[in-house]
Amino acid sequence: MFELLGITPQGLVAQLLVGLINGSFYAILSLGLAIIFGLLNIINFSHGAQYTMGAFVAWIGLTQISQWLGFPELTMNYWFALILVPLIMAGFGLILERTMLRRLYHLDHLYGLLLTFGLALIIEGLFRDWYGISGESYPAPELLQGAIPLEAIGIILPKYRIWVVAISMLVCFSTWYVIERTKLGAYLRAGTENPKLLQAFGINVPLMISLAYAYGVGLAGFAGVLAAPIFQVNPLMGSNLIIIVFAVVVIGGMGSIMGAILTGLGLGLIEGLTKVFYPEASSVVIFVIMAIVLLLRPAGLFGREK
Amino acid sequence: MHKNTKLLYLILLLIAALLPLQDFIYLVFAMKVLCFALFACAFNLLLGFTGLLSFGHAAFFGSAAYITAYFCKELGAAPEIGILLGVFGSALLGLLIGALAIRRQGIYFAMVTLALSQMIYFLAVQLPYTGGEDGIQGVPRGTLFGFIDLSNDVHMYYFVLAIFVFGFALIMRTVYSPFGQILKAIRENEPRAVSLGYDVDRFKLICFVISAALSGLAGSTKSLVFQLATLTDVHWHMSGEVVLMTLLGGMGTILGPVVGAGIVVSLQNYLANIGSWSTIATGFIFVVCVLAFRRGVVGEISAFFKIKH
Repeated sequence: MFELLGITPQGLVAQLLVGLINGSFYAILSLGLAIIFGLLNIINFSHGAQYTMGAFVAWIGLTQISQWLGFPELTMNYWFALILVPLIMAGFGLILERTMLRRLYHLDHLYGLLLTFGLALIIEGLFRDWYGISGESYPAPELLQGAIPLEAIGIILPKYRIWVVAISMLVCFSTWYVIERTKLGAYLRAGTENPKLLQAFGINVPLMISLAYAYGVGLAGFAGVLAAPIFQVNPLMGSNLIIIVFAVVVIGGMGSIMGAILTGLGLGLIEGLTKVFYPEASSVVIFVIMAIVLLLRPAGLFGREK
Repeated sequence: MHKNTKLLYLILLLIAALLPLQDFIYLVFAMKVLCFALFACAFNLLLGFTGLLSFGHAAFFGSAAYITAYFCKELGAAPEIGILLGVFGSALLGLLIGALAIRRQGIYFAMVTLALSQMIYFLAVQLPYTGGEDGIQGVPRGTLFGFIDLSNDVHMYYFVLAIFVFGFALIMRTVYSPFGQILKAIRENEPRAVSLGYDVDRFKLICFVISAALSGLAGSTKSLVFQLATLTDVHWHMSGEVVLMTLLGGMGTILGPVVGAGIVVSLQNYLANIGSWSTIATGFIFVVCVLAFRRGVVGEISAFFKIKH
């Protein structure tokens, strides 16, 4: 059947893998957006820029920092970056929340969107000014270079891509576990539902809000590090992604953590399949799905209208 | 409307009409300001007076620019026909996008409009009529009504000014009409407007279409002024810029978007040659406006003189 359509099973598997990788990024980013929106009631427009920033911090750590400090042997390799960059980004998020976002909670939602949009432009512009738009390459760590051949079906699976899918899933599902099954998560859910009541029970809600934002930004930074070896590290990598992630969030609805993860993955796969069967439509397929979902189920697949 | 306000508009119109007599301000620059001022006013009708934040208005501005450019260049249409077709196209697009977007409220409305306009952007990249990365260049300005040669900048300027005044008057008429009062009621308290028996969705949609059509009018005019329609016109940066103009000038004020457009366009002209600094400055103004200057220039001035809108 596939041969009839001029599609090889190899091509199909390759595109599905690409779809799964994109889906992993959609899942991590929409997860972060959902957590932030739950507690802060703000749509974090700078999420894409923070993802870009994560990739750049990893790249700077690998190639630039040794020259800046004058210690040639001091570099932050991939594995350190995977842990350090999210922490750095979380710290950056904490500063943004404490100095700026905090002032907007009593205002209309749209101000949060506008402020983070401005921040996104500043971050994107600064990196464009410093490093241009040509993009920098970031090598995959040695352990994950190369590919695993699967001779039975005649396809080759690049190790790094398998790793990205696996680690993203791990991070997404552990986040889901923490939020849905632990005491900390229960506080978080209670804070989403009714922050004033939670505070009356003696929980430090403002601190929880700050940490939730920091965690969301940390997730974006983590996704940035994961993406660095796959895509070129360039200042525009996040802004193109974030609009698709917004569509994913509209489709899934932000009420459910699992919903955000599953919608992200599912849409990545659908996009991958579209590339196989009708490549011209692959850039718009997610937006078309969004339009259909809006017509049939305006609250989103997993959403509740507030 | 206040008597002094009327006088102010007359003085501003007089200044605008006398502009070609001097050569300190470049006419093409003035036309650019007028186009963007109309765009921002149309956007403000939606954000400032109905409380709907669309993050996808570039779709209307840009698609109208493409339609006008295509008809005037490839099919040799007269400028007035090209503009009418552009406005019609963007109104139709506004009807489609608006009907989808008003199904969600608040923050989701912004995300839906942004995503749908990104879809229009991808279409503009891929469709055979739009010239891909190059856009449509060298659009002839043509002769208006068959006897006014628009390739002359002074003629073109008065044409653009007339279009702006028409659009501005239409917006003012809308805002001060009973229809506009209902829009404001929706902005202030949507559930109450519903409980008073208004079909809120219909009002929102009509307002969205008017706003889209006038944004299209601005886009079409712009494509004739610069003889060019490119991907920049449909890019989400453009949607952000029009939000900024409105925010900086003053949301929900009549004159605010005009002032905002003037400031932003001047700033961009000034910063255009220093790489990414126009993006950084745009972002910085956003942050400052949101944190410390939410009423905008005109809003602050009105508050200072206690003028009520």
